[in-house]
Amino acid sequence: MTMETTSQTSKPARPAATPSFSIGALFRRPEVGAFMGMVLVFVFFAYFGFDRNFLSPFGTSSWVNMASTIGIIAIPIGFLMIAGELDISIGAMVPAAKMSMAVACGFYGLPFVVGLLITFGIAFVVGWINGMLVTRTKVPSLIVTLATLFSVSGLTLFLSLLLTDTTSQALTSPAWAKFLFGDYHFWGFQSSVFWWIAIAAALYYLLHLSPWGNWIFALGGDKESARNAGIPIDKLKISLFILTAMAAALSGVCETVLSNSATTTTNFALIFNCIIAVVVGGVLLTGGFGTVAGVFFGTATLAIVQQGIGYTPFDRNLSSLIIGVMLLIAVLMNDTFRNMATSMSTSKKGK
Amino acid sequence: MTAPVLEMRNVDKSFGPIDVLHEISLKVHAGEVLCLLGDNGAGKSTLIRTLSGVHKPTRGEMLMDGEPVTFTNPKQAQQMGIATVHQFGGTYPLMSVGRNFFVGAEPTKGWGPFKVFDRQKANAIAVDAVQKFGITRITDGDRLVGGLSGGERQSLAIARAVHFGARVLILDEPTAALGVKQAAHVLRIVNEAKRRGLAVIFITHQVMHAMAVGDHFAVLIRGAIAADFRKGDKSREEIADLMAGGESMADLEASIEGYMETHEGHPPPAH
Repeated sequence: MTMETTSQTSKPARPAATPSFSIGALFRRPEVGAFMGMVLVFVFFAYFGFDRNFLSPFGTSSWVNMASTIGIIAIPIGFLMIAGELDISIGAMVPAAKMSMAVACGFYGLPFVVGLLITFGIAFVVGWINGMLVTRTKVPSLIVTLATLFSVSGLTLFLSLLLTDTTSQALTSPAWAKFLFGDYHFWGFQSSVFWWIAIAAALYYLLHLSPWGNWIFALGGDKESARNAGIPIDKLKISLFILTAMAAALSGVCETVLSNSATTTTNFALIFNCIIAVVVGGVLLTGGFGTVAGVFFGTATLAIVQQGIGYTPFDRNLSSLIIGVMLLIAVLMNDTFRNMATSMSTSKKGK
Repeated sequence: MTAPVLEMRNVDKSFGPIDVLHEISLKVHAGEVLCLLGDNGAGKSTLIRTLSGVHKPTRGEMLMDGEPVTFTNPKQAQQMGIATVHQFGGTYPLMSVGRNFFVGAEPTKGWGPFKVFDRQKANAIAVDAVQKFGITRITDGDRLVGGLSGGERQSLAIARAVHFGARVLILDEPTAALGVKQAAHVLRIVNEAKRRGLAVIFITHQVMHAMAVGDHFAVLIRGAIAADFRKGDKSREEIADLMAGGESMADLEASIEGYMETHEGHPPPAH
């Protein structure tokens, strides 16, 4: 059989299907949609909130500050979602971190650094438990982390009452810690804003530039193939859960140091905010696709809507309606984007 | 003649009391395509998993280049040069061609902890590798694999295996879900791999596809090799009959037609 003359099968040279810039290349970037969404929302609120100083430094920092506390956690959550998992235990991890800081440093008077070590140690253990349970039991991570959400929140409340007899605790931090984790800087930006930017940059490197990013995408794309390709998928998943819990702890530390106090209240709204930010940022719920820049823009969009509404004549409660509609549009757009990105030629999938 | 690249001698595999493979002996030489034919449930998957190191044979031995080998895990088999390509396996639809090609073996540039995935190098090597296999339609390494056809994805997976030093290529039903044109595409890739001196084990239940590329055929029935012959020894009908377990396809057709005649044209009920 002389089938080696394969070149003759190519059709009369197609015009170079994908030059360096093309519509197809654009569709492969979910952050483009997220960015356009953010600009649209920003322009809307800038117009209606102009008279009430939405564009002033104070107006700007109000939404950027809010975005930062969500964004620090949303990017790792985005990583998990790209890898095909979810972590909702962050809703309990944040107050757990706050209380552990406040109890260690405020109640027992331990040095701030020791408090940090204890807090991030706890976060490491929570993330590790999440990861181990998900990889060992094969129970969906939504259920596993729902269980740890309630377990951690119950334990936080129990231990706070046991050790300090209250559910809220004051904390005074040394000046350097205040500066680093919870102070207002120029224009009223909180310290967490700088953490958010730093974490986004570090995780951008991890996902898009380093080889590990390829592993995360492969893990979410096809777990079995990823394992066959020699990727330590269990270790990778556990690391991502630990990363998420640590990020939640950092967000919690920043909040506590800023407000000089901590309460045990579980932050259910944060769970939804993070998931909305990630999905609006163009990460596919089914995994395997997403970008750090997209999640960054998604978080900003969410914060603009939630904070910006107060600068407009509209009723504050309408922000939830806007976010709901926005989420729906984003999910539909993600699907369309994915189809357009993949079906640049006629593809017939077997499964 | 040199020793076969991969050989199985009297291999049995049982899971507890259930015997799945009995006395399997087969060998494949470099530059040769061995077609494993078998109906669903004939033990093809178990045989593949045994060959690729997922299962250990219960009895019997496996040899590579005439030397006995045992694989404790698939990774080990891979390092010995046995690559298994499943239907669409090893490709990730939402990743680019370049990224797909190097999953788990990413080329990097830079130093120390700041190593960066070398996208340009990855894309260039990947596109070059698939083009050498005759997939001239892939010119852009940034393209998402989900946009490729089934045959192209299969070819990408094969090109990848060859690039990473495979000597034995195990293809698990590579043409099963493909159209006629796409299947021809994959068969061409199989021939190209053969020309490059790889030993190919081609698992299929489509006799036509097997006959197009095979040098050597083995028919698997209920976990045992029912027939072992070389190219040109048997006709297509004979092979199909063998696969159906000795029952002639012609007889089968006749019995269906007989049934339809006595039942107002209805085919026999599926069971």
